[in-house]
Order: sequence, then structure tokens, then C-alpha cells
Amino acid sequence: MRLLGLRSFRHGVHPPEAKDETSGLPIRQFPFAPLLVVPLSQHAGKPSIPVVREGQEVARGERIARPDGDLSVAMHAPASGVVRRIALAPSIGGRMTAAVYLEPFPGSTQEVIPGRPCPLDSATPEEILAAIQEAGVVGLGGAAFPTHFKLRVPAGKSVDTLVVNGAECEPFLTTDHRVMLEQREDLFTGIRYLIKATGAPRVIVGVEENKPDAAAHLRAGVPRDLALEVELLRVKYPQGAEKMLITALLGREVPSGGLPVDVHALVINVATAAEIGRLLPLGRGIQERVVTVTGPAVKKKGNYRIPIGTPLRFVLETVGVEQSELNRVFLGGPMMGQAASSLDIPLTKGTSGVVAFTEELAEKTHLQVWPCIRCGYCLDACPIFLNPSQLGLLARNEAWERMAGEQNLFDCFECGSCSFVCPAHIPLVQQFRMAKAMVRKRGAA
Amino acid sequence: MKGRLARTLEIRTSPHIVSGYSVDTIMFNVVVALAPATVFALYAFGWAAAAVLVTAIASCVLAEHLVCRATGRATTVGDWSAAVTGLLFGLTLPSSLPLWMVVVGSAVSILLGKLLFGGLGRNPFNPALVGRAVLQATFPVPMTTWVVPFAADRFARLPSSTLAAPFLQPLYDAASSATPLSAWKFGHQATGTRELALGLVGGSTGETSAVLLLAGAAYLVARNMMGWRTPAAIFAAVAALSGALHLANPERYASPAFMLFAGGLMLGALFMATDMVTSPITHAGCWAYGALIGVLVVAIRAWGGMPEGVMYAILIGNAMAPHLDRLFRPRVYGAVPRRPVEAGR
Repeated sequence: MRLLGLRSFRHGVHPPEAKDETSGLPIRQFPFAPLLVVPLSQHAGKPSIPVVREGQEVARGERIARPDGDLSVAMHAPASGVVRRIALAPSIGGRMTAAVYLEPFPGSTQEVIPGRPCPLDSATPEEILAAIQEAGVVGLGGAAFPTHFKLRVPAGKSVDTLVVNGAECEPFLTTDHRVMLEQREDLFTGIRYLIKATGAPRVIVGVEENKPDAAAHLRAGVPRDLALEVELLRVKYPQGAEKMLITALLGREVPSGGLPVDVHALVINVATAAEIGRLLPLGRGIQERVVTVTGPAVKKKGNYRIPIGTPLRFVLETVGVEQSELNRVFLGGPMMGQAASSLDIPLTKGTSGVVAFTEELAEKTHLQVWPCIRCGYCLDACPIFLNPSQLGLLARNEAWERMAGEQNLFDCFECGSCSFVCPAHIPLVQQFRMAKAMVRKRGAA
Repeated sequence: MKGRLARTLEIRTSPHIVSGYSVDTIMFNVVVALAPATVFALYAFGWAAAAVLVTAIASCVLAEHLVCRATGRATTVGDWSAAVTGLLFGLTLPSSLPLWMVVVGSAVSILLGKLLFGGLGRNPFNPALVGRAVLQATFPVPMTTWVVPFAADRFARLPSSTLAAPFLQPLYDAASSATPLSAWKFGHQATGTRELALGLVGGSTGETSAVLLLAGAAYLVARNMMGWRTPAAIFAAVAALSGALHLANPERYASPAFMLFAGGLMLGALFMATDMVTSPITHAGCWAYGALIGVLVVAIRAWGGMPEGVMYAILIGNAMAPHLDRLFRPRVYGAVPRRPVEAGR
């Protein structure tokens, strides 16, 4: 749908963009940490199964874990080095998960070992999907859902449009922006693989209007034989959410509880598509990813290509932080990103940003909670037209079942727009997450 | 290197940023938006208006503060909502009203209108209108006795009724004036729209200057602190219904312009009906609520026993608000496909 000429969706919010400090900075290679911690569960689905032993030497790019079933992917060594341990490591929420501790060789040139290429011309759709799984590709926008699984079109359904997500609506983050500017050919190659794998006859890249350079750069380079359009989108959060993007670009509504394929669409992030285009022709796996390291507490802000498994502490020490002021660090953007419970957690494939707040900025969210005055800001913010005000009142009364039943709680995808606008500073989305957990727990019991 | 960054991290769930809007900011801005009309009221009615407004605000704030203290809770006067109630309540009163009645009405507004239901956000009816309704029922004569605006001695002295002793019949020395609505109702005299819009007429303290009330409302709408749908619906309903009646019988029914600009309609539609707590939260609900209020205003003014009906129309609208929200629930995204989606184009 269009709003004032530009494609968009109804409702949503306008957080400060905070992208200027990094959007102009080219992607730079990040150094190797003395010890990399590669979790076996970096994606939604089953953890990968390690195929290396403690003490084993591995080359950069070598497979170190295999997928456990369909909803799982392979893992690759982010550096040439020695597997020191396979043991528990802290994850972002504080839970311990299994990980491969890899000590890079200090003097190594860090050449990536050659893999088995997946030729674009001769590969079948199944072979491409298998190669994507083998390359360890998951959604790099942050959700980290195994990409090959998402791309599989169920029997009886069809895809008429592949939507490539270059919205990057989260404040602070500029990785997708840089990828579109610097990896255009990878992106187009990736899209060719995706077209072949899904049979989608049409491709639309959606880019928010605040990245006109990226949109123009893509448009200027579209090969004649590639059915690809670049559409500008209004700057509005959460424009990059799958459902909002489909509504904006195709005018279709994904049914409640359904998937984009139900309206003949598939959505893939630009970084994920570019990574497919970079890896598959060489038969490589993901060893690193582009991360925006920014926030008021960070000295050398930038877009860095950081090896998977790099500890957060090493990242912050390398870029330099105002230690006296460091207060909160979260991975991802400020609207949906998760706060780091410890500086010892490693960066994973789903980490699109590292944002460090100073105490001064963090204190702006330490606000008095007032009663709900029914101002309706949350209703005007919610992109799926829920009534967060009513849901909040029900949450206070612990009426979890009513929230799920009559108020469509499970349609909420936790974009946080309601909490962002609430003038009473009621932790709405936070309560909704809890309510969902309570409903699931009771359902399981 | 390890240990250099040993600082304790704060763990919070997202979102990690907020918009900067706040309940107290919104309430304070309502006061700001009412400032022009308030200043005009002081100019039109002199010290008497000042005495009524100051008494109303002080009584409301004090009543809320004392109740919080008495019930052992932190005072909530910092949210500015008691001040807003006091100001709105004062603006609906005749400026010659005895101050002790103002105090009684303020206490009723805060205690019965708001705190009895659990305080800010829980009250079903607009607190200022609850206070006014009780005064209207209890003291009908003082509540409908209006002094002449722009009286020559308005800055020289207070009307004797202002300082009337509690529980005694107040004496009126100043010349009383008919409001445009009562002049129409009981004498069939129409007042010009220009006088009404500019506020050169008699009436309650803050209701007379339609232009300044509209300016204040425009400020709030521009800052997204007031819903425009409710007043738009009220104006549309009043104009449509009174227009139809006026066309049918211009002798008996006043013109739409008169109906829109006379009496408390502007103050009520812009600042009372739009009270966030007591109005619907859904857009469709706001349209229905505004239309209901507009129809009731015209009906009470045209066929009721009283010349003015804005207060009761809004209170009835308040009672309907939760039901309207339930009736007009927005369709959830993806709940029912608008049309089946065909593959390919």
C-alpha cells in the first residue's frame, strides 16, 4: 500500500534514526580474538552436532559441526586454529549452551580452505537449498531462522514474489545499508540462487527512503536478465518486519498465524541474500558477519566484519568504550535487541549490531510508571492493530487466557512500538512476552 | 586484557529507547492549551473569574494531595491531572459563583469523580463534569446566574456573591445577564456569530471565547496530545442535526452556526469530551462517541427543559465510551483477508 506516494504500512512509530555516525563508514575486517567461542545453537531450531574433537587443528572455513536434522544448519571454523574445548558457554540471556572453543593460530595467514562450489547454472533447487544449509546460512537480520527451511515452498503453495528486505528500520544499525553499497554483485548472485531455488518469477528489494544511495546503487547495477525492482519505502518502524514489508510492497496481508508463503511471498534479508551469493559459488560456510558497533559509549564506531564467536568483551575493548559510562550493551537494534547479560558472551550469526549505551542515555528509560490514561498512542503505533492498552490492563490482572483469546496476543510479534510510545511508561511489550510464556507454560502443563 | 571492562551491566528487555512523551507532559500541555481562553476569561470577568479559577485549582490539587496523604500513598498531584480538572471545572462555572460552592464542587470532582474509582485512569466520568453536575443539581440558581461580561467595575471589586458565607443564600448585586442560549430558549433572541466566536457574550467563565478555545485545541492536536476525531464528530453531528431542524423551522430552531458557537459546546467538545481517560480509545469509537454527544446536545437544547445540554451529553457519552470501544473493535491485521490473494499478477 502507499502512504503519501511512498510504499508503507499503517501505524508504526518514528524513533530517532541514529544512523549517521556509521552509515558512511565502509565495512572493515575485525581482528581475531585470542579465543573464539562458537555456540552450537546460533539459530532457531536444533543445535548443530560437533564433528571435531578437543585438541584438533582446524582450518578457517572447515566444517566443525553438522546439522541435526532439517531445522538446523552446519557450522564452520571462523579461524584456523586449535579446538581447545567443547564445553558450555554463556549465551546472551544468561543460559549456558554448548560451544566450540577455538584458539586461532597467532601467525596464521587465515586463508579460507576451498570448499565444494554449488554451480548456479547446473544446480537443482534441492541442491541449492542443501548448499544453503551446508553453508550454515540463517536469517542475518536477527531472527536467525535457518534459511533453507524458510525457502522451501510447501506442496500446493506457490511463490510469485521474492521480497528482499533492505529496510533496516531499527535505529543505529547500518549493516544492511553497507552490504547493499559494497556487496551489490554478491546480492544479485544470491538473488539468482534464490530465484532458482524458489521459482519466484519476480523480485522486489525494499529499501527505506533514508538510504537513497543504496537504492540508486542497486538500481544502477541490475543486470538485464534479472527481474528485479527496487522500491523505496517510507522511513517508519517496524517497516522491516516481514508482514509490514509484504503489506507495503505487495498490498497483501499475511493471515494471522500464517506464513508469507500463504500470500505467495517469501522474505529474505539483503545480508542473508548477499551471503548466499558470496558463499555458494565458492562452496564456503559462514565464518563471519557484518556488525554495526555503535552507541554513545563506543569510541571507534563502525561497520565491521567480525568472526563468529568473537567475545563481546573483545569487541568492546577493540573499538574502545567509555568504561566509566558504559551501562547497557545490547545486541541488535534498540527496539528489539536483547541486552547482554555478560561481556563474555560471543557474537553469533544473528548479531546485527552491538550498541553500547552510556548511563546518561540509559537513564532516559528509567521513568516513573503512571497509570494508563487511555491516550490511544499504543493503538496508533501497533502495526497489527491490537489494543495494547487493553492487553496491558489484562496483564496486570494476570488474565493471560483472555489476552490470548479475545485480544489476539499471539499476533503480537514484539516490535516494541507500544512500549516506545507509552507516555505512562508501562512496560507493555515486556508484559506481553511474559503473558505468552505463561500461556505456553499452562498449555504445556 | 581481561577485567578491564568489569563494570556491572544493566539488563533490561527491549525496547531500549522511549519516545519522550509522558503523562505529566500531556496534562501540563492541556493547561498550556487552555491558557489563552483562561486569560481572556480573566479579562472578561475580572477578579471574580480569578477567584473562581484559583479556588477551583487549589481545591482540586489540595483535595487529591490530602487524600493521598490520608491513605498513606505518595502524592499524585505531580501528574498535573488534578490541576487540569480544577482548571476545567473552574472554567465551566459562572464567575459570580460563591467560592465555598467552588470548593465543594472541586472536592466532589476529585473525590467522587476520580479518587473513588481508583484515581487517574480509572474514572468512568469526566471529574470536572461530575463536580459541575452535582453543583448544578444542588445549587441551580447560583449555577445559572451570570454576570455581565466586561463590567466596568470588574477589576475594582468582587461581586458580593463571591464571598457569600457558606450555606446561606447568596446575594447578587451585580447586574445579571442572559446567556445567548437562554436568550434563545426563553426569548427567541439570536446572538450574532461574530460576538459568539469572539466571546463578547455572557456565560460561564471559560466557555465564551470560541476562537481562543479552538486555538488551544489546535495546539494540542498539532502536538498529538488531543484526538481530533471526537470534536470533529461532535461539530459534524451538531451542524447536521441543527441544520436540518433550522431548515425545517427557522423560527423554532436556531441556526447551526449559533448552535456551534453558543454556550459550552466549544469548551465541552474540545476539552471535556476529548478527555483521554473517559472517551473511547479506538478511532471508530471516537467518531460514534462524538456523534452521540452532538445529537444529544442538539436534542437537549432543542427539546429539553434547560437551555444548555453539553454537560449531560458528555456524561452520557462517557458512560457509553467503553461499550463503543467494544462495539467498534479494530480488525486485527491478517484476521480476515480482505480479498483472497491470487498468485501471480
